Amino acid sequence: MASAAFTVSSPAASAVAARSKVLRGGKGEARTGCRVGITRKNFSRVMMAVAVDISRFEGVPMAPPDPILGVSEAFRADKNDLKLNLGVGAYRTEELQPYVLNVVKKAENLMLEKGENKEYLPIEGLAAFNKATAELLFGADNPVIKQGRVATLQSLSGTGSLRLAAAFIQRYFPEAKVLISSPTWGNHKNIFNDARVPWSEYRYYDPKTVGLDFEGMIADIQAAPDGSFVLLHGCAHNPTGIDPTPEQWEKIADVIQEKKHMPFFDVAYQGFASGSLDEDASSVRLFVERGLEVFVAQSYSKNLGLYAERIGAINVVCSAPEVANRVKSQLKRLARPMYSNPPIHGARIVANVVGDPAMFGEWKQEMEEMAGRIKNVRQKLYDSLSAKDKSGKDWSFILRQIGMFSYTGLNKTQSDNMTDKWHIYMTKDGRISLAGLSLAKCEYLADAIIDSFHNVS
Amino acid sequence: MPSANVRGAQPSAERRLSTLVRHLLPSSARTAAAATTTSAADFLEAFPTMASSSVFAGLAQAPEDPILGVTVAYNKDPSPVKLNLGVGAYRTEEGKPLVLNVVRRAEQMLINNPSRVKEYLPITGLAEFNKLSAKLIFGADSPAIQENRVATVQCLSGTGSLRVGGEFLARHYHERTIYIPLPTWGNHPKVFTLAGLTVRSYRYYDPATRGLDFQGLLEDLSSAPSGAIVLLHACAHNPTGVDPTLDQWEQIRQLMRSKSLLPFFDSAYQGFATGSLDKDAQSVRMFVADGGELLMAQSYAKNMGLYGERVGALSIVCGSADVAVRVESQLKLVIRPMYSNPPIHGASIVATILKDSNMFNEWTVELKGMADRIISMRQQLFDALKTRGTPGDWSHIIKQIGMFTFTGLNSDQVAFMRQEYHIYMTSDGRISMAGLSTRTIPHLADAIHAAVTKLK
Repeated sequence: MASAAFTVSSPAASAVAARSKVLRGGKGEARTGCRVGITRKNFSRVMMAVAVDISRFEGVPMAPPDPILGVSEAFRADKNDLKLNLGVGAYRTEELQPYVLNVVKKAENLMLEKGENKEYLPIEGLAAFNKATAELLFGADNPVIKQGRVATLQSLSGTGSLRLAAAFIQRYFPEAKVLISSPTWGNHKNIFNDARVPWSEYRYYDPKTVGLDFEGMIADIQAAPDGSFVLLHGCAHNPTGIDPTPEQWEKIADVIQEKKHMPFFDVAYQGFASGSLDEDASSVRLFVERGLEVFVAQSYSKNLGLYAERIGAINVVCSAPEVANRVKSQLKRLARPMYSNPPIHGARIVANVVGDPAMFGEWKQEMEEMAGRIKNVRQKLYDSLSAKDKSGKDWSFILRQIGMFSYTGLNKTQSDNMTDKWHIYMTKDGRISLAGLSLAKCEYLADAIIDSFHNVS
Repeated sequence: MPSANVRGAQPSAERRLSTLVRHLLPSSARTAAAATTTSAADFLEAFPTMASSSVFAGLAQAPEDPILGVTVAYNKDPSPVKLNLGVGAYRTEEGKPLVLNVVRRAEQMLINNPSRVKEYLPITGLAEFNKLSAKLIFGADSPAIQENRVATVQCLSGTGSLRVGGEFLARHYHERTIYIPLPTWGNHPKVFTLAGLTVRSYRYYDPATRGLDFQGLLEDLSSAPSGAIVLLHACAHNPTGVDPTLDQWEQIRQLMRSKSLLPFFDSAYQGFATGSLDKDAQSVRMFVADGGELLMAQSYAKNMGLYGERVGALSIVCGSADVAVRVESQLKLVIRPMYSNPPIHGASIVATILKDSNMFNEWTVELKGMADRIISMRQQLFDALKTRGTPGDWSHIIKQIGMFTFTGLNSDQVAFMRQEYHIYMTSDGRISMAGLSTRTIPHLADAIHAAVTKLK
């Protein structure tokens, strides 16, 4: 064997030479997957012969950019002054700046003062956080909480909660299917695909009314095999912004109960939709009150602005406390080989904010302000569209929709026009994030929407 | 009703309800209920919360995780002399968890920075963190880095990096078998199995010598199918503390390259084993230097004491820059449906420290302090056993390296030590040296002595 000494810091050139030495000495069949050093002299010959041997991952194709997160990447690359990012659902101030809640800054400073350690959390996460989260979702005096019937695991925001639940479904309900709304958040399908849980869609969005296709929704949930998991958006449906009315929720609960389906809520906007934590949780609580077992994936990304801290929880309301214990133990078994235990920072922020009455009050205040700003922006956008659009089209769906997003009704080509001509970045399904819109930009946006809607097909 | 999939019969709802009645009613009520032929409906009226039997009725209670479960048991123990040598978390001489000074400083800087925001990181994580992490493990002048052949993604500490790497290989690599050393960290087989790989083992630990079974290792890797994945502990093997010598590493490297075996390194202790970041990375850099490909799961849990922040990185050293770009794009597809993007806090702390030369130096000093204390504990325990004349050769305590010592105690002895001496360790006899102090070593030495002399 060549005696090339493989020192820790060999310069690039000699490393190439060293690689050549190693591999010339190897057996013929061993060249598969080994990198062949290319010296300038043999360049052309070697290129032809060994292109396939450069890497074992040579056949790995380039993946397309994420349809949602990829929008921000494209936005960042755009040099035009007029550009507007209505892609990701991250709240922005009127000045279109990211927003860290004051109460979050307070909590972090408090945590700095306390100087707590950074030991591993248990697999299920921070106990104080789990308690606070379940109470926030179901109401502190809800019987399910008092009876200890809720299994709560801190997880990696909404995505992580959904993924844990999906893994649980795959393992313990392998025959079951998940029903997801058409449309739904783009990543839902990816989550169930990767977890190998089959899914199908129920009708939801009616393009004719730019509203809810309630009949279709009920029919499709009815038609599904008994015992399906029905994925419901607790409030502020993403991407449409269209929520069922309380009466409609009752009927949805009826059919789910009748078919012995499992309700599976995705709650990413509690408090952010209406401004009220309790009001936004009313759909979930309706189901729980009927005595049903319920899955709830929950996130603090938007309502506490903790996006990057990845903080949320998977909650399973069970029929009895000992059932909740068993469910929790099995969820832990799925979390351990995924990430061992969840990150502490976001959990502590939540526990501090929710645990202190003054901070909790401040939080509710800031949340109302965020929700309020979005409502104002909706109004301004509606007013601008109504004033500028002479076609008589009814834009009032913008006011009826709720939450961070609005489904404009623009199709892919029209959405492309928004980006290509107007430098307005949005997802290709016609969804705009009102959280990324300022009052100042409403008129510009209205112009773009009107142009795209009427002049592009 | 969807029913949980379990082995065994699925009782009907009615039967389940009756079982519930029998278990939950006080005996007098039960007799009364039996006498009046209680139907499920009557029962429901009496106990409205049990509105329906559970779809999880057949679900079994999972046992506690064997490693983390040790701490659970320890916490329950009221004894004042109890000792937790279970989890590999560093403890000071006073037995307290440690947050490094440089970490506190970095955190203060971050939290006091008014322009800091909490926007979603990219799917691949904090870019600065990724670059600095690759440099840390591969060396700043690594040819792989200079040639842009390294795809690095921020992940959830070591576990997350291993899982993402495993999932990537299960989808894109032609060989689905991974060879793991015997023994290895208890979570390794679960991580890779759930990722979609088939797990096999190669001989590693020799109980007779309490050292490396090098022959067995070479034989097993030689008989692995060409292209198979091989998990390697970069340094401070967990749980044994037994590492190959540099010469042995070189032989492993040659064998692996000749068979196109794909190295997957797990580096959880860089700087923590010898006290030197570069020394602890030598095995990895040896493999990178030959131009070959490899995977690297990197954790900052121990060496920066960031355990609960879940900071780590997965790097894939590829044959070309073009491949690295494509590999990174596919890693994103694994991550997005798992947790979308990684947590910012810990990664920001790491980046802050690594990019500032003063803070970096401070870190290396504190790191060496931790490593030195552990080495000192090894020596002290060895001396204590020698003083007691405890039968057996205990030199492996000072020969092994890193946070753990594979004592060689059997599960009976381990149980004995828990019951009689309130000493908690994993049942394979692994003790965390980081959990020891000068004050507690005598207690441990007594316990080992008793266990070894009383039980075989």
